[in-house]
Amino acid sequence: MSTTADLHIHNPVEDVLRKERIPTIWCPGCGIGTTVNSFAAALLGQDIDLKKTAIVSGIGCSGRVSGYMALDSFHTTHGRAIPFATGLKLANPELNVIVYSGDGDLTSIGGNHLIHAARRNMDIMVVCVNNMIYAMTGGQAAATTPGNSITTTSPFGSFEPEICLPQLVDAAGAVFVARWTAYHVKQLERTMAKALKKKGFRFIEVLTPCPTLYQRRNNMGDGLAAMVDYKNRSKIRNGAPTYEVALEPGGEIVVGEFVDREREDYLTRMRRQLGTNYSELPPQPEEEEQEGCCSSC
Amino acid sequence: MPKGSVAVTAERCKGCGFCVEFCPTHVLELSNAFNAKGYHPPHMVNAEKCSGCNLCGMYCPDFAIFGYRFPDAKNQKKEA
Repeated sequence: MSTTADLHIHNPVEDVLRKERIPTIWCPGCGIGTTVNSFAAALLGQDIDLKKTAIVSGIGCSGRVSGYMALDSFHTTHGRAIPFATGLKLANPELNVIVYSGDGDLTSIGGNHLIHAARRNMDIMVVCVNNMIYAMTGGQAAATTPGNSITTTSPFGSFEPEICLPQLVDAAGAVFVARWTAYHVKQLERTMAKALKKKGFRFIEVLTPCPTLYQRRNNMGDGLAAMVDYKNRSKIRNGAPTYEVALEPGGEIVVGEFVDREREDYLTRMRRQLGTNYSELPPQPEEEEQEGCCSSC
Repeated sequence: MPKGSVAVTAERCKGCGFCVEFCPTHVLELSNAFNAKGYHPPHMVNAEKCSGCNLCGMYCPDFAIFGYRFPDAKNQKKEA
């Protein structure tokens, strides 16, 4: 029987990972690594220049992703991943900028940045790993924590309703909005591959288990139980209106690609308004001369 | 004759069981052996059923397992 050494093969994901930093700090049963697999497969399966791809993360468990990816990485302050990414994109418009962060970071602390980046249609891709809680900082209730959940800051059960992220970014003007769970690895890979090629503000929400800080306190079992729950409760509805996709405890999880539309992005509008004086285009590669029969003569 | 196999890096495994649960052909099971951190890494119990689809590799949050197809599997199918 052939072995991996005979066949000279290795885990395909390792091509875009910093192997010296593995094992990761994530808990057993955490789904963030699963989303990284889909992201790595999407990156490798596309004709994308990895030298011109940058990944930006905030603080949190999913903020560690930028440190594990062998891309140009940017680990920023809490909640400010999108402002850093905006600056990066405006300074280097040729970069493909990806923000990979958690729900507490992107939508609770940095909620205003998310809304305004979507409004401006900034040309960045945002992957929001939604584990329903601030995990790394100690299990505090976030804007995405469902009602009646027990967290360290709501020991008698939180009574605040949670935010519906696809509806929020859709209303703010994002051009691509999707939601998957950590169970839908192949669909997530395809959606990420599609989003990587699109221009404008692209938002992908991924629901992942948090066995240590969310499920343990709420008697919801381990990470595997959450994955099986996603499998049983999720329903794929591509193109569903985002006002119908709110998460309800025990109800069905509507997943799919909800919004895919075209809108002028920030840089295009800025260049038209201000001209090239304020927003120079990056130097274009010189076109090869058409004269002559072939390149060798 | 199996079409593929899986390779496990036992020291990275945290024993979450995603690969065991979601393997489409139920090839894997958590073993009784321990790795250095005290987790039970998976091992193959139905090796002949493995198709090398790498779905276990897509689910593994710790990049500890991946599936691969044998290069001769396609040729065998053609001959048969």
